[in-house]
Amino acid sequence: MGSKPLIQRSPMPGLGISLGITLTMLSIVVLIPIGALLTRGAAFGLENIWGIINRERVWAALFLSFRLSFYAAVFNLVFGVLLAWVLARYRFPGRRLLDAAVDLPFALPTAVAGIALTALYAPNGFFGAFAKEFGVKIAYTQWGIFLALVFVGLPFVTRTVQPVIEEIEREVEEASATLGASRLYTLRRIIWPMLAPAALTGFALALARAVGEYGSVIFIAGNIPLKTEIAPLLIVIQLEEFNYDGAAAIGIAMLVISFLALLLINLIQVWSRRRIGNV
Amino acid sequence: MFIPRFHGRLRGTLSAVAVSALTLSAVAPAAHAESLLNVSYDPTRELYRAYNELFEKHWEAEGNAPAQIESSHGGSGAQARAVIDGLSAQVVTLALASDIDRIAATGKLPADWQSKLPHNSSPYTSTIVFLVREGNPKGIKDWGDLVKDGIEVITPNPKTSGGARWNYLAAWAWAEKNGKDPKEFLHELFGHVPVLDTGARGSTTTFAQRGIGDVLLAWENEAYLALEELGEDQFDIVVPSVSVLAEPPVALVPGNIKGPEQQKLADEYLNYLYSPEAQALAFKYFYRAWDTSKADPADVARFPKLDLVDIAHFGGWAKVQPEHFGDGGIFDQIYTQK
Repeated sequence: MGSKPLIQRSPMPGLGISLGITLTMLSIVVLIPIGALLTRGAAFGLENIWGIINRERVWAALFLSFRLSFYAAVFNLVFGVLLAWVLARYRFPGRRLLDAAVDLPFALPTAVAGIALTALYAPNGFFGAFAKEFGVKIAYTQWGIFLALVFVGLPFVTRTVQPVIEEIEREVEEASATLGASRLYTLRRIIWPMLAPAALTGFALALARAVGEYGSVIFIAGNIPLKTEIAPLLIVIQLEEFNYDGAAAIGIAMLVISFLALLLINLIQVWSRRRIGNV
Repeated sequence: MFIPRFHGRLRGTLSAVAVSALTLSAVAPAAHAESLLNVSYDPTRELYRAYNELFEKHWEAEGNAPAQIESSHGGSGAQARAVIDGLSAQVVTLALASDIDRIAATGKLPADWQSKLPHNSSPYTSTIVFLVREGNPKGIKDWGDLVKDGIEVITPNPKTSGGARWNYLAAWAWAEKNGKDPKEFLHELFGHVPVLDTGARGSTTTFAQRGIGDVLLAWENEAYLALEELGEDQFDIVVPSVSVLAEPPVALVPGNIKGPEQQKLADEYLNYLYSPEAQALAFKYFYRAWDTSKADPADVARFPKLDLVDIAHFGGWAKVQPEHFGDGGIFDQIYTQK
């Protein structure tokens, strides 16, 4: 009758070394930089942080960043699932090319994407001139920011959902059809529950990516305070003033809001899994 | 747990590692005695490319072993920050004295650095002019025309761009001299700005390539460069009645000097900027330099005379920087005032 060890050893070999490598890696790349940010904030003091954040311009920028990131992530959720479906389910000429193109936003320097989008959507650009006919401005407005955020977030939803769609067996849909379900019913009650967790994960990734995006947005945004100024730009502005504490304060605010948003998405995932059952 | 989720994270981690590896290799300069790193700001790219070549010839003609001169360019504030954070620049040549003051605050160079070289340590100067579209269709002649109905003005953001601070101060000086409330005038002026880029080059692109705005507030040297690069038949330069004397200063960073060999090289690099040959080069690259003895008369003649106000008029950068461009300063108030 021995007492239980604190850590139960897994029957799988290699826990020690793989966990060691993972933690070292994670610390160097993620945990230590974020820890440094939080330490800087802690030294600055909660009251001072609040003093930096609680200003009209900072609120406006935070609201703008998170609102447009949310819209872009929703757009990517719908369009990304559709794209994944097309890529996984249909065979057509050029499919592989299209499949490869989905990853381009990962590979392309975001500044290049921003400049290309601006060139196309500025009033003298190809699409911009067209939109101007209808009195719509895209570049240098919030639409421009939305567009850039859609661009950088697109691969996340598609790439998380695509393998799941490929796993779904045709027989499941056929069984549903033979039991008399309409196509819409099958989609809603059979397919969607299987896709939802992956789609939500993709949504969360796209959202997180969009919130922090700077490189591409800066070229297309216009950057007018209170109107088209994103929160990451405010951080850069604080750095330009050599105000490292101010930059850290806004950074921490973004970190906290992002964390809460991702936590909420995780809770929704847990809830949906309970509701629809484990997939 | 989803495999795709892990997949996504792994990708993120890998790219982060790649990025930090790149940064590390970019930041570590070769550190033998005969090398020199000049950390400069954006619009001097062309000037220093030519000057480094000129200087290397001069250095070898003096009987020295060939030196390896490198220049790095970027936004003036970001460049200053890189030096503060440890970029080993022996020489800084930035847009604003206040950026070099920030480096001095870390003890890497003495607080009185600006008195070490002639002309406030500014071997060349420039000013702010207007770049308008060919034929000046909106008839813009002076600062007052910028706030007329339907005029769109392009300038970078004074918070992130050194050049934009000069734009702002030039407008301020004009308003003062013309009996207007400067703050009110700037509030009105920035109401006519549809796009605030982060740097001077970005604004030039927005104005020239994207076709936004009727007038670009620009460094004089940038404006001439834009004419040369983008075609004289597309834009005109308009010189306002009042502008600022922008003095981009240069300084030695003793804290980053390793040994007397490098000291000698760095000293000579800065002193030679004041030689007639280097001054001629500055004129050629559209800067208002001091010594015209070797300059091409055509390069000198192209600069019109105008009323130039220098930074001392505003009380020096140590006063101007926090008062106008600091957190909650006058520029911030322009945007939050109703």
